[in-house]
Amino acid sequence: MTLANNDQLRELCTTVRRDIVEMTAAAGSGHPGGSLSAVELVVGLYFNVMRHDPANPTWSDRDRFILSKGHACPVLYSVLARSGYFPADELKTLRKFGSRLQGHPNMQVLPGLDTSSGSLGQGLSISNGLAIAAKLDGKDHRIYCLLGDGEIQEGQVWEAAMTAAHYKLDNVCAILDYNNLQIDGCCDDVMCIAPVADKWLAFGWNVIEVDGHNLDEVLLAYQRAASVKCQPTIIIAKTIKGKGVSFMEDVAEWHGKAPNAAELAVALKELA
Amino acid sequence: MMTKMKPTRDGYGEALLELGKSNPNVLVLDADLAKSTRADWFWKAHPDRFFDMGIAEQDMLATAAGMALGGKIPFASTYGVFVAGRAWDQIRTSICYGNLNVKIGGAHGGISVGPDGGTHQSLEEIALMRVLPNMTLILPCDAEETRKATLAAAEIYGPVYLRFAREATPVFTESDSPFEVGTANVLREGSDATIIAAGPIVYEALVASDLLAEQGLKVRVINMHTIKPLDETAIIGAARETGVLVTAEEHQIYAGLGGAVAECAAKHCPVPIEMVGIMDTFGESGTPDELAEAYGLTHREIVAAVLKAIQRKK
Repeated sequence: MTLANNDQLRELCTTVRRDIVEMTAAAGSGHPGGSLSAVELVVGLYFNVMRHDPANPTWSDRDRFILSKGHACPVLYSVLARSGYFPADELKTLRKFGSRLQGHPNMQVLPGLDTSSGSLGQGLSISNGLAIAAKLDGKDHRIYCLLGDGEIQEGQVWEAAMTAAHYKLDNVCAILDYNNLQIDGCCDDVMCIAPVADKWLAFGWNVIEVDGHNLDEVLLAYQRAASVKCQPTIIIAKTIKGKGVSFMEDVAEWHGKAPNAAELAVALKELA
Repeated sequence: MMTKMKPTRDGYGEALLELGKSNPNVLVLDADLAKSTRADWFWKAHPDRFFDMGIAEQDMLATAAGMALGGKIPFASTYGVFVAGRAWDQIRTSICYGNLNVKIGGAHGGISVGPDGGTHQSLEEIALMRVLPNMTLILPCDAEETRKATLAAAEIYGPVYLRFAREATPVFTESDSPFEVGTANVLREGSDATIIAAGPIVYEALVASDLLAEQGLKVRVINMHTIKPLDETAIIGAARETGVLVTAEEHQIYAGLGGAVAECAAKHCPVPIEMVGIMDTFGESGTPDELAEAYGLTHREIVAAVLKAIQRKK
């Protein structure tokens, strides 16, 4: 399902945000903050940019989405369900015993997942491997990889950054969810990641900076990334953790805390 | 008898060359040690399918995971210490959790790496790899068996760890010797005791068995090349039929082959077990022979362990 109309996409973003707070509330745990910050980034991909087919989740020519920040799986689960990979009813089983919606993504049990993830810092390397395989096979599908900002404190991310530039993987598009918060507080206080754009430029990447909640900017960035040759692209998306729910916005503790019933009611009211 | 000597890593290099010709999906990665691991033989023959990942083992293993997701059969090799240790979480989460078709070549296994010293002597891979679900773990006994194991790894689906060594060691299996992943090979029959060994130290086990035969003891020797999945039938049969087990490995004494055999025997047929291996210590610089002597990895220690085990029978 491709939605070219931004009003429809915006409406869908609200639906996905409602899913995120509802499913984490039902689970009693999970990661709403960094899921809400990435909504436009993921919705834009699955409903406008990526070539994929929910009826054929293992289609070899599909574009891939590697959720490197695996804890943000609520946004991906919602988008996969809304795309038609599985019934939206199943979202409320998140993190429950026997559910296909594991606390962190497990591709062995849920169709539509292009990788398993959970231990941070590994997704960009996986994306590079997929990109190399695609190039060897002469295929033109693209690999999208969503990174957390705290996640780039992992050294392996920079190993992978070198690899993508070294092998000229222009079919890799990383997206940095730059909400500037991690579990222990502000990224700049915990372990300074700035200057982020300069770092990626120095590693040989094409860098695009956008407002990660502005769909026009986000979609344009994906389009520009696809036109760049011989170089990987990173879209540095400035975002707000907890975006869309007033009391969660820009508050670090909503990284890994579920709303209670009263908080859920407020959140859903705001996301009407 | 003159024994042909050849490093097990040569078997890895030869098999990769064969696979390069026979299977276009086979890719090879290395982390700046291709000349040591023998991955460079493939590199020269198939430069388009070889990827040097630089000194970045974690990236190499997760990149291999991505290649497997893209339908390829990547073989990623470097020294065992760096791959099994440093990249363990990548092997766990990016490879084994998704049961991806990645093959790992752990070179320079064991204390026989020699002069490089304790940092480079990989003595923990069995422990680290055999606790991972979906992993197949193979320690071939000589270069010929390494060649076969590498070819077999490409045939079976799922993660496989192959451990091979730097030093030239005796080649005592033939091209037509049986090799099947998960099926141990009985190299000597015997009824008084059984030595279960894996890796080049199997040769020392054979020498030990011959020496014990001179004392009138019939000692079975089992080449347990596959540590996981473990051939429990062979272990249980040996425990029942010979009454005692001795394990021999160039690996830490804890959580290695000895541990795997002991778990199996304790469950199904408890018998006295003696273990030959590295006694919970790091290695040091020296020649392989000096180190084997100093750390007790020769046929002499195996003979002593068998005699001790037999004594415990009574």
